[in-house]
Formats: sequence, structure tokens, C-alpha cells
Amino acid sequence: MTEKKSKSGIVATIILSIISLLWIYPIVMILFNSLKVESAITTAGVFQLPNSETWNGLKNFVASVTQMDFLKSFWYSLVISVMSVVLILLCCSMCAWYIVRVNGALSKAFYYLCVFSMVVPFQMVMFTLAKTADTLKLNTPYNICIIYLGFGAGLAVFMFTGFVKGIPLEIEEAALIDGCNPLQVYFKILIPILKPTIISTAILELMWVWNDYLLPTLVLDIKKYRTIPMAIQYFRGSFGHVQMGPMMASIMIDIIPIIIVYLVCQKYIIEGVVAGAVKG
Amino acid sequence: MKMKKVTALGMAVLMAATVIPAVPAMAEEAAGKVYYLNFKPEQDEAWQNLAAAYTEETGVPVTVVTAASGQYETTLQSEMAKSDAPTLFQVNGPVGLKNWKDYCYDLSGSDIYSQLTSDAFTVKDGDAVDGIAYVIESYGLITNKTLLEKAGYTLDDIKSFDDLKKVADDIQARKDELGIKGAFTCAGMDSSSDWRFKTHLANLPIYYEYKEDGVDDTDAIKGTYLDNYKNVFDLYITDSTCEGAELSAKTADDSRNEFVNSEAVFYQNGSWEYGELSKTFSDDELAMIPIYFGVDDANEGLATGTENFWCVNKNAAEEDIQATLDFMNWCVTSETGTKSMADDMGFTIPFKTAQASNNVFVKQDAGYTEAGLTPVSWNFTTMPSEEWKNGVGTALTAYAAGGSWDDVVSAFVDGWATEKALAE
Amino acid sequence: MVGKTIKKWWPVFVLPTLAAFLIGFLWPFIWGIYLSFCKFTTVKDVTFVGLSNYSKVFMDSSFSHSFWLTVAFAFISSLLINVLAFSIALALTKGYKGTNIFRTVFFMPNLIGGIVLGYIWQTLINGLLTIWGQPLLKLSARNGFIGMLILLMWQQIGYMMIIYVAGLNNVSPDLIEAAQIDGATSRQILFKIKIPMIMPSVTICTFLTLTNGFKMFDQNLSLTGGDPGKQSQLLALNIYDTFYARSGAQWKGIGQAKAVIFFILVVAIALIQLKATSSKEVQQ
Repeated sequence: MTEKKSKSGIVATIILSIISLLWIYPIVMILFNSLKVESAITTAGVFQLPNSETWNGLKNFVASVTQMDFLKSFWYSLVISVMSVVLILLCCSMCAWYIVRVNGALSKAFYYLCVFSMVVPFQMVMFTLAKTADTLKLNTPYNICIIYLGFGAGLAVFMFTGFVKGIPLEIEEAALIDGCNPLQVYFKILIPILKPTIISTAILELMWVWNDYLLPTLVLDIKKYRTIPMAIQYFRGSFGHVQMGPMMASIMIDIIPIIIVYLVCQKYIIEGVVAGAVKG
Repeated sequence: MKMKKVTALGMAVLMAATVIPAVPAMAEEAAGKVYYLNFKPEQDEAWQNLAAAYTEETGVPVTVVTAASGQYETTLQSEMAKSDAPTLFQVNGPVGLKNWKDYCYDLSGSDIYSQLTSDAFTVKDGDAVDGIAYVIESYGLITNKTLLEKAGYTLDDIKSFDDLKKVADDIQARKDELGIKGAFTCAGMDSSSDWRFKTHLANLPIYYEYKEDGVDDTDAIKGTYLDNYKNVFDLYITDSTCEGAELSAKTADDSRNEFVNSEAVFYQNGSWEYGELSKTFSDDELAMIPIYFGVDDANEGLATGTENFWCVNKNAAEEDIQATLDFMNWCVTSETGTKSMADDMGFTIPFKTAQASNNVFVKQDAGYTEAGLTPVSWNFTTMPSEEWKNGVGTALTAYAAGGSWDDVVSAFVDGWATEKALAE
Repeated sequence: MVGKTIKKWWPVFVLPTLAAFLIGFLWPFIWGIYLSFCKFTTVKDVTFVGLSNYSKVFMDSSFSHSFWLTVAFAFISSLLINVLAFSIALALTKGYKGTNIFRTVFFMPNLIGGIVLGYIWQTLINGLLTIWGQPLLKLSARNGFIGMLILLMWQQIGYMMIIYVAGLNNVSPDLIEAAQIDGATSRQILFKIKIPMIMPSVTICTFLTLTNGFKMFDQNLSLTGGDPGKQSQLLALNIYDTFYARSGAQWKGIGQAKAVIFFILVVAIALIQLKATSSKEVQQ
């Protein structure tokens, strides 16, 4: 019995290993292509590893960083993601607490509107949202977070209310009796309790904002700013041809930080996904 | 008391939310500025430099944004909806103008209009001059003379479609001996390259049909010369550097690289390629010959015309319109501007103060015209829509990969009628 | 008491979110519905045209094509992803060696954005197709469709797998042991115990995969761009294309009308799903 089980275990491990290798192959493929000279990145030649003739070192990375101002794009993407996520977490958790504790008709209505906004596809509002953002000049990386707060509020408010509902009232009441004002209660009591939910929500929102393409394309002032997904789209077609080498390099520049963050925070990310799914 | 504090805090939050967006709005100056949405990716760098030179000279800020290839209409539409819309944009001719005529400033009283060498280089809506052509270009078959001579031919051996086919077939048959990959560079059907066939080559059957019928536009194309179109395209894909099925992923770059690396003799493209090619070739090595179409080869010249008309956004602020008009005029009259347009961009510009271009293809075009050949006019400005071009492009790609020519005919003829009807 | 105290603090707690929500969602949403009854190029030249945009939507053959394509795509991708994700989750909960590494690997693609994913797979799939002598993605609607399926599977199997693993870990081992003692085969344990016990995970995953399939845009744009000739264009891309790439004043209104129809479709699916979920909860 046990022998049989361990045998099937070895078989399963081998099969899973093969699938895993297939799973990471696309990324590995992009990595070695990003190290090849442009003329070696042809449709049929993408499977060949770089050799002494096609080896290009880090030149593609240098080209992508210098030609397309890719570092700037990286910076804008980072600023947008961090500011938006921080703003969403702060505002939406406050809002969720209020909605749960002040259980009036208005807060209920707002809650249902938030839930509703989660299902609405972006195409429904893309034109009018772009116009609104333009009128209010919310078109720079430093204030586009307000748009993200508005469009991303649904999910965050939904997740936080789900969690706040389970927190017993007594602690907050005690704190209020001790003379804390609501803001102090929020920062000293609510935030520590909400920490796991904050992390899960942060991860879900971060994945969305960092990778978002259409919203920044339509909303940002393209005269000055480009995020990473927008810049990658520019390698195609701009200057009359596809710059395959720098494009592969840019893809790697986009992916590497994601993978590092993922490997470091893996536990939280996976827990976050589970928590998000159970609530969602 | 507490209430007050709360309100104050709330106000502070609100203020913060409204003040942040207000900052960039205040930074805007009252003096005019120019925002040019450029159509031609290959000239992006030259435009950026020219804009910087203008700003340095006059202090007027000029922003040049170049749309990614194939994305001009998308970018223009999304940018025009913004409050800080382009002040200078372009349409590709009468069909393009139809969508934007309500946004075009009447240029008839402008300085730049008075600089034009001919009224033919405008698009008009009634009496209003809505668009002014800023470049005249030619396209044909760019030929590597060195390779051609190596194969035992000279330009004089190619005077008609039959000659071209004979020479190309021969070169193709001896490609290994000549050390090349094919007679023609790959007819890439990637979106960076497919316009060479769905638009530029497709112009020839339209040109000859219009000419025969004595019209300059039609709601229903008959496709009289589509067989000739097929012959030329067949030549491109059989005497080619690669298999027909691979064409869909071949880019403009692939094609150009083959020519630059002397892997192919013929390369269908236009005078705008001169800048890139002259980095590798001397003027003596390059020539552009007409795309002989087998209709009236003895009289056919290069395809010469324009699909680039500048329009000024009439909804822009008055000072911005003035700044834009000044900038345009400066580009085509000043020493710096005309020099940049002639040399850096390789343009022939239809203005009185134009500088002679050192572009060998442009010089050749003048030579052909002098010799009595008729330039093929650019009728693709009358093509019904981008949609139509894409339809033809898709059908051509499928045909190159082994599909049926009937689909090309249907996309060409039926697609024309459908799209013309939709445009009304 | 807490409620009473914080009630007047709404300018701090609710107002920022509410204001942003108005700007970023509610106002554009209402305005968008209004514009679907109008003809316009920019907001400065809006004319009311009633229902004519909607009637034109149904005359546009590209819309009905992308509609059915999207429906097919959403259901096929949802089915495949769920079956495969569940199978992998089963294998990973058996306590084999290296489970954690496998889980890490399978989940990773989920973090990569749609545009980038599209280009990665375009490179890979076109390379394979060239070697096999098959028409490339941009040429063949069938290959484009399969390509999008593979891409979405690669991206989402890991995510769904995580949810299934969590569900399976919640199935009490005592229950399974008891069943084993009663002589149940592993197949019976799977179908009679495990699957019924993780029904909540199944509904969640079905919901997520279905809506993701319906709303897919970035991947579609970068992998096939809708080629050949819009044959591989899903609804979201079709709307974008109608809106921004077709020139002519009539198209913006039509695009907005398509978006409203699309929105109703997605909401309908969400509602059906919600009903299914709540009826399951009653049973438990």
C-alpha cells in the first residue's frame, strides 16, 4: 500500500515537474531572446538559444531604457500604482467602516452602488471617464490615483465591509469611552485588525493598476507620460517596424520586479487571492 | 466644537483633492503653444528636433507627439476629445477630411497658403481651405543597381512589366549563384508594412480605372485592372526572399533589412526611405523605377502625390491657432525649417521657398517627368476607408499564404461599395 | 453608540471615496448611458438621435460576430480552466514532494499584465506555427481563437487552482477517512465527497472565469489585434475599435450603444450567477 503510494507520488511529481517547466518556458524564452541580436529574433528563430554569433549582451536593455525613456515609464507606473493603492486602501477601509457602523439607507445605497460598479465593464465608461478626467485635469501620474480610487472603490469597499462586519463592536465602544475620537479609533484599533484584508486588497488592486493599459492610455496626458504597458505597445509599429530586441528587453524589465515581489511576498499574495475569492 | 473640527478636517481633505488637479492648470501660459500630432513615425526624430529649434528661436513651446503606426486615427480621436487637443493634425485627403471638416480652421487667409506653389495641393470644403499638403512623395521599385549589374542587367533592360518579370524570374532562379535570397524583399503583411500593398500597390488598378473612365472618384469600383494587380503581387511573392505563408509576420523592418543587407534587388517603397537607405548605399547604387503594371508601361512614371494634409484645429484657443500658423509658416519658409524638411525628412515640399532635396529618388522623379513620363497620381486618398484597406490587406495576406484570389477581388470590389455606402 | 459617534464624521470617512466614486464611476456611467442615444465626435457636438444607434448596432455584422465569439470564448475558456485547475489542485493536495514549488510556478503568470502576456504568446505561438507550417495568428481566426484560449488558460489556471486548493484543504480529513473505512473507492470519494464539499469554490471560479472571459481586452489587443479582418475580435475590443478606430461621426454613438448592451450582458450573467450561488447556500 505505502509502496504503491510512493510510486504514484514519484510519477505525479515527474508529471507536475514537466508541466511546471512548460509553464515557465514562455518567460525563459523571452529572457534568452532579449539577449540576442535583433536579426536573430525571427518568427522561426525564437526557439534558438543565443550563441556566440547572436549574443547581444545587455544591449537590448540599454536600448529600451535609452530610446524609449523606459525608466521614466517605469517610474510613472510605480508612482501610479503605489499612490493609487495607498489611496484606495485608506479611503475605502474608512468608508467601509462607516458604512457598516452607520447602517442607514444612504450608506446602504452607496454600498450597493459600489457592488454594482464591480461588474460594469470599463468600455462602458471609457470615453466619458476620459473626458471627465481631462476636464478636471486628473491626467498626470500624480493625480490619476483619484480616478483609480473612483473606479477601484467597488472591489475595495466590498472586501472591507465584508471583513468589518465580523469585528465585534465592544472594542471600538471601549476606546470611544476612553476618550478616543473616531480617527484615533480607526488608526489604533481598526487598522491593526484589518491588516490581513488590507494586504489582500492591496495585492488585488496592485495587480490591476500596475498592469492596466486602457485606462492610462485614454486618461493620461500622452504628450508627457507613458506607463510600461503603453510603452511596450509603442515598440510595435512605432518607427515603422517592430523593435523586437528592445521589446523583449522591456518585457523582461516589466516582469522581473513582478517576479521578485511575488517570490518575496508569495504567502501574502496567495492568501490574498483566497481571501478575495471567498469574499467575492 | 468637535463638529467644527470634523468639518475642517473634511474640508482639508476635499481641498487637497481639488488643489492637486488645479496645479497643472495654473501652470499654463497665456501665450500660444503648438501641439502637433504627427502621422509619420519615421520622421518623428526630425520633427522633435525641428520643434526644439523653433522653441529655442521663438520661445513658443511646440509639442510633437507621434502616433504609433496604424494608430493615428485612434490617437487623434481620443486626443481631440481632450481639452488640450492637438492644434495641428493631419488628414489623408478628401475622405479623411469628411470626418474632421467641422474641426478645420479655414486656412485661405493664412501666410502658409500664400506660399503654396499650386492650389492643387489643398483639400477644400466649399471655398474654405481646410488642409494644405506639406509633402510631395514618390514611390516605386527601389533597385539595388550594384546587384542588378552583377546579375548582368542594367536599368535600361527594364522598361515594362514583361521585362521586369523576365529579369526578376532570372535573378530568382540564380539567387544562390548571386549570393542573394530573392529578387524582391519580402512583401511583409504585418501592419507596419502591409500598406505598401493594400494602399500603395492598390493605387495602380484604381489609377488606371479612373483614367480609363475619366473620373476621379467612384462609388463602385469595377476592378478592371485587378488581373494586373495580381500579376505584380504574384511576382512579389514568388520571386521573394521568403515563403508566402510567412509574410503575415514580416515587418517593414524585415523587408528593409533584406534590402540593406543586399539580399534582394527590388524593394517597393517610397522616397521617404532615402534617409535610412543612404546610411548604407551611395547615391549611385540606388534607383527607383516605376512599378510597371502592364497597362501603359511606356508612359508610366513614378507614383507621385501626397496624402498628408495639415489641418489646424479651429476649436483651439485663438493664440494657439496663431502660434500654430506661425509655426507652419516657419517650417516651410525659414532656412532651418526648409533645410530640415528637405534633408532630415527627405521631403519635397510644395512651397515657393522649398530647398532642393538631395534625395536621389526625388531627383529621379523630376527626371522621369522631364523625360515625358506621366506620374501616377495618388488616388488612394479616394479609397473609402481604413476599413476597406484592411479588408484588402487581410485578403492579400491570406492569398499569399495559399488562399484564393477571389477573396481579394471581393474585398476590393464589394468592400468598396459597402464602405462607400457607409461613409455617406 | 459607535454608529452615532462617527455618523457626523462623514466628511472624513466617506466623502473622499464618494467624491472619487462620483468622478471615476457614477457620473461617467450615467453620462455614458445618455451618450448611447446621441451622435457625437467630441462632447462639444452632441445631438440626440434616440434609439437609432441601437438599431445600427444590430445591423453591424462585426458586432454579432464578436458577440457569439465572446460567448463561445467565455464558456469554453471557463470550462477548460476550471477542469484543469481542479485537476492540478487535486494533485497538489495529495502531499507530494515539491507541492509548494509547483504552486508558486503555476500561479506566477497571473501577475503579468495582459498586454505583455499577449506579446509573449504571440512570439511563442507564431514560432511554433511557423515550424509546423500553419498559418500565423494574424492570418487564421481559428488559430487566433485557440491562441487566446491557451493564453488565458496559462494566465488563470494558477489563480483558480489556488482557490480550489483552499477549498480542498477545508474538506475535513475525518470525513474522507470515515469514507475509506466504509470501503469507498477514491473515485467515489472524489465525486461523492470532495466535489460536493467544494461547490462554493466551483461557483466562485466559474463566475470569475466567465466574467474574465467576457471582459477580456488587453490580451486580445496584443495577441491578435482582432485580425484577420476582425475575425478574432472579442466584444470589448470590438467596442473599442468601433469607438476609436472607425472614423465618422456616427460610430462613437454606436460604440457607446454597444457598450451599454455589453454592460447589460455582463450584469445579467452576474445576476444569474448570484442567484445560483444563493440557492446553493440555502441547500447547505
